[in-house]
Amino acid sequence: METSKARAVLEASSVSYAYGRQGALHEVSLEVRSGEVVGLVGPNGSGKSTLVKILSGVLSRYLGSALVSGDEVSNLPRRELARRVAVVPQEPNFGFPFTALEVVLMGRHPHLEGLGFESERDLAIAKAALERCGAGHFAPRAIQDLSAGERQRIVFARALAQESPVLLLDEPASFLDIRHAVGLYDVVRELATRDGKAVLAVLHDLSLAAEYCDRVYLLRAGRVEAAGPTAEVFTYANLTRVFETDVYVDVNHLTGRLLVTPLSSRAREYLGRTKGG
Amino acid sequence: MAAERAPLSAGRLALWTAVLLAVLACALVLGAALGAGDVSLSDFFGPDSSRRTILLEVRLPRVLLAAVLGSALCVAGISFQALLRNPLADPYVLGVSGGASIGGVVALLLGFGIGEGIFDRIAVPAFAFGGALGALVLIEWIATVGGRLTVYTLLLTGAIFNAFSAALLYFIQSLASLEQLHAIVFYLMGQVPVFGYRVLGGLALASFLAALALFSMARDFNALSLGEEGALQLGVDVERIKRRTFLLGSLLTGLSVSVAGLVGFVGLVVPHLLRLLLGPDHRLLLPAGFFGGAAFLVLADLFARTITAPNELPVGVVTALVGGPFFLYLLRSRGGRRGNF
Repeated sequence: METSKARAVLEASSVSYAYGRQGALHEVSLEVRSGEVVGLVGPNGSGKSTLVKILSGVLSRYLGSALVSGDEVSNLPRRELARRVAVVPQEPNFGFPFTALEVVLMGRHPHLEGLGFESERDLAIAKAALERCGAGHFAPRAIQDLSAGERQRIVFARALAQESPVLLLDEPASFLDIRHAVGLYDVVRELATRDGKAVLAVLHDLSLAAEYCDRVYLLRAGRVEAAGPTAEVFTYANLTRVFETDVYVDVNHLTGRLLVTPLSSRAREYLGRTKGG
Repeated sequence: MAAERAPLSAGRLALWTAVLLAVLACALVLGAALGAGDVSLSDFFGPDSSRRTILLEVRLPRVLLAAVLGSALCVAGISFQALLRNPLADPYVLGVSGGASIGGVVALLLGFGIGEGIFDRIAVPAFAFGGALGALVLIEWIATVGGRLTVYTLLLTGAIFNAFSAALLYFIQSLASLEQLHAIVFYLMGQVPVFGYRVLGGLALASFLAALALFSMARDFNALSLGEEGALQLGVDVERIKRRTFLLGSLLTGLSVSVAGLVGFVGLVVPHLLRLLLGPDHRLLLPAGFFGGAAFLVLADLFARTITAPNELPVGVVTALVGGPFFLYLLRSRGGRRGNF
């Protein structure tokens, strides 16, 4: 395979982590190459966000190795790590009423020196990032006055302004309507394909994952249960086992990608199925 | 309105610094010109040497000290607000002021500070600053869990330490004589004393350096408003920033309480007003607070020593009487309703 020759930009080998005595990750290995969108899926508490925090340097006492462009995350100076990895967190929060544009400009933080005022170039990068997320008109608005979905797009724009080769997304579309969710993932796809970024995205919507991800890792209780192209990973057996609920897996006949629909208890009753059966 | 601003540029910083510097200059001139008795600025050139002495050795040092303390309190307030990501934090919230007041009151109880000798005038602030340093070390030690300074523990420790200090102060007061009690009450209410220029210069230098060190972290404070995790992910060394902010802010607070007692609301109202006016960018807010806080306390002290002349009000009473209702008004009006500070 040709892609496997290219060195992975993001590479975790046997990463384990525990919160106190509570194990969260057990020997997780994964890699993301430049130009790839890789999905991280699994039930709540399966370790997805923990992995994102390890790869972005928030949790540093992990076992195993986590490499970004060949360097161990825990050895990289913070600023250097922030130049290489941008994160869109699950729940962004804001302490003071900065404007949307000011928040996006914070993405330039790892590139500025000292007290550094943002240059014309920084400003242009921030504005372009806002435009790319279709949020240019929010620029002068106070971030607190925006809706949760609008804030999420601003935070995504901030990650773009960081201009890092690696993008970590932790449920970046959880508050977005379908139009904006698709809009965001279209940009993500473009960032990988056109700009050559390596993207690792935590997703809950499995159909969206099937549509946008080149490969996925399926996590359960801190372990990788299955990995590979969605067509191979999102099988009925895998999904019902890992999520412990019944699902309906079909093919989207327009795209050829998989469609995954969770089944309600009413639907299961109608089909005469027992849970997970 | 406040939100419709352009991002900060060096030009806007220079402009606002100049404006607030001018405001401070006006406050200083006003503070030096007005006061009990009919001593005025023209006495500096006048023939009466005793009037000149009053102007140069009583009024001017006091006005300048008010400026130093005002800027220290305001910068400490802004820094703690950034650290705790809460616009309602004030310089006294993390407990160092409790240690300082205990130190000062102990000195008064031991009989220092009643007389007029040099030692008497220095002993109380020196004891108080010792108390502040002790509190600082103790609070940092308690709030450090697993090598990390956690903000919630810090806030809780500060609150508990303040409550404990208050109880201890009551206990000490119950032991004091009537004369000491009077001195203690006035010390705690907050008053700007008169120091010689050498002490004044030392205080000004210390407070300027601490403010400068805090200013150098202004961009990190901005990132910190995204939460500790958000700031980490932008490359901020959050642990180092938190520790330095606590230390420097506490030094400024300790210095101010040691010298002038508990002058409230300077570190709360002025940052709040400036944030409404200029936005939350700390690269502008800190220098603006440095000059704005100074001007505010100079004017408050002017008010305190003239409104009931020849008697004086404690300046802490003035700032609280003016600041409290004004702050409530701000909270209830535009910024408060949207949760914007």
